[in-house]
Amino acid sequence: MDKTYYDPADLKKFGNIADFEPDLAKKFFDYYGDVFKEGGLTAREKSLIALAVSHAIQCPYCIDAYTSDTLEKGVTEKQMMEAVHVAAAIRGGASLVHGVQMMNKAKKLSM
Amino acid sequence: MSKSLLAQHHDLADKTTQVKILSNGIFGEGKLPTFKKKLEPIGEFPLKPDTIEIFQVNVGYMCNQVCKHCHVDAGPDRKEIMTRETMEYCLEVLRKTDIHTLDLTGGAPEMNPDFRWFVEEANKAGVKEIIVRSNLTIILANPKYHDLPEFFKENNVRVVSSLPFYQPDKTDRQRGEGVFDKSIKALKMLNAIGYGRPDSGLILDLVYNPSGAFLPGDQAELERDFKKELKNNFDIEFNSLFTITNIPISRFLEFLIRTENYEDYMEKLVSAFNPAAVKGVMCRNTISIDYDGYMYDCDFNQMLDMKVEKSAGQHIKDFDLEKLSKRNIAINQHCFGCTAGAGSSCQGAVA
Repeated sequence: MDKTYYDPADLKKFGNIADFEPDLAKKFFDYYGDVFKEGGLTAREKSLIALAVSHAIQCPYCIDAYTSDTLEKGVTEKQMMEAVHVAAAIRGGASLVHGVQMMNKAKKLSM
Repeated sequence: MSKSLLAQHHDLADKTTQVKILSNGIFGEGKLPTFKKKLEPIGEFPLKPDTIEIFQVNVGYMCNQVCKHCHVDAGPDRKEIMTRETMEYCLEVLRKTDIHTLDLTGGAPEMNPDFRWFVEEANKAGVKEIIVRSNLTIILANPKYHDLPEFFKENNVRVVSSLPFYQPDKTDRQRGEGVFDKSIKALKMLNAIGYGRPDSGLILDLVYNPSGAFLPGDQAELERDFKKELKNNFDIEFNSLFTITNIPISRFLEFLIRTENYEDYMEKLVSAFNPAAVKGVMCRNTISIDYDGYMYDCDFNQMLDMKVEKSAGQHIKDFDLEKLSKRNIAINQHCFGCTAGAGSSCQGAVA
């Protein structure tokens, strides 16, 4: 057992989650595959969304995977960073918008 | 401009060193299966050729650019050049066989002093299609090359040009400062005389290869992006985009090792191995000839000095269609580059 939580090599072993529970893993990976197929959104657009979400949830595996995937799909580095800023804006905004709740409560409590 | 690995006396300029790296390490230790091991269970070992349709002649390693990924290690300091005498042997083969395509590559093939003569003679020899793999910037490199677009047109040459991206940044990082702007100018010159324009009959294709240690994306999607961006931003048109995977040899191998990407990249190629792509690998219908007249299964094998089997006759002087059709194609782990995902060849994806 390693003494670190994250090992880049573990990303390649993602499929191994089926070893402990194959049926649910199959459902998940089938679903995952379908999600990323070209549909109303292009595969490129979906990959960029995945890159932004990877940063929002701060998943190192996902960041590695979707950095490669967006590069492969011809996304520019500027576009990739803009996607990360979208994640940052939503995260920042999510904190700040709660400021309204704080204000409401503060006003209610205060004379 | 940087120098070739050869001029730098770099270890990797030695072809046997490259072959050793590809044969040993992660493959020698058994961490990853060899290409042979992947071909055996699908009944493709030894890999056999189909009919030879494409004669890919490398007329010399001299180039006006020093691209970071170049599998030829080409550059201004490379002096290897095909003589007219060797070209004559090639023409003789084209006259007496049904090989329909002459595919000229380099280096910058246009820098060979006998390039134009060779093209004209190949047309006289009755070859159906002549391709020139042009780096585009050569057209602007010297006044003596400015009329190349007209020459191509007069001789019905199909132009296949490298353009790794539709924006300057990625292109220049791979191919050199200012290459993107010059490439755009050259593409405009080609468009101006009809190349790439609908119904002109003058074919202009672009080649995309990834600007780093990752695989090319979907060829059709990238072509759609390239067409839209080049049309909107520069009013440039072209026929098809070919995606080509970077093959782990020469300068790209040096990049992979230097940046500690080699093992991950090879693993990526191996895990993307696609048996359907094996059916369409270009070594099945292509013969590659070097400046000295030696024959190879492909241009990559040429750069690793892996000649066609001895029994097939190794020099253009000994060209024998019958013997060549019976040969076993020489392979090593760089071949994983042509069978990953949708596959890769000088004509783009194959599966």
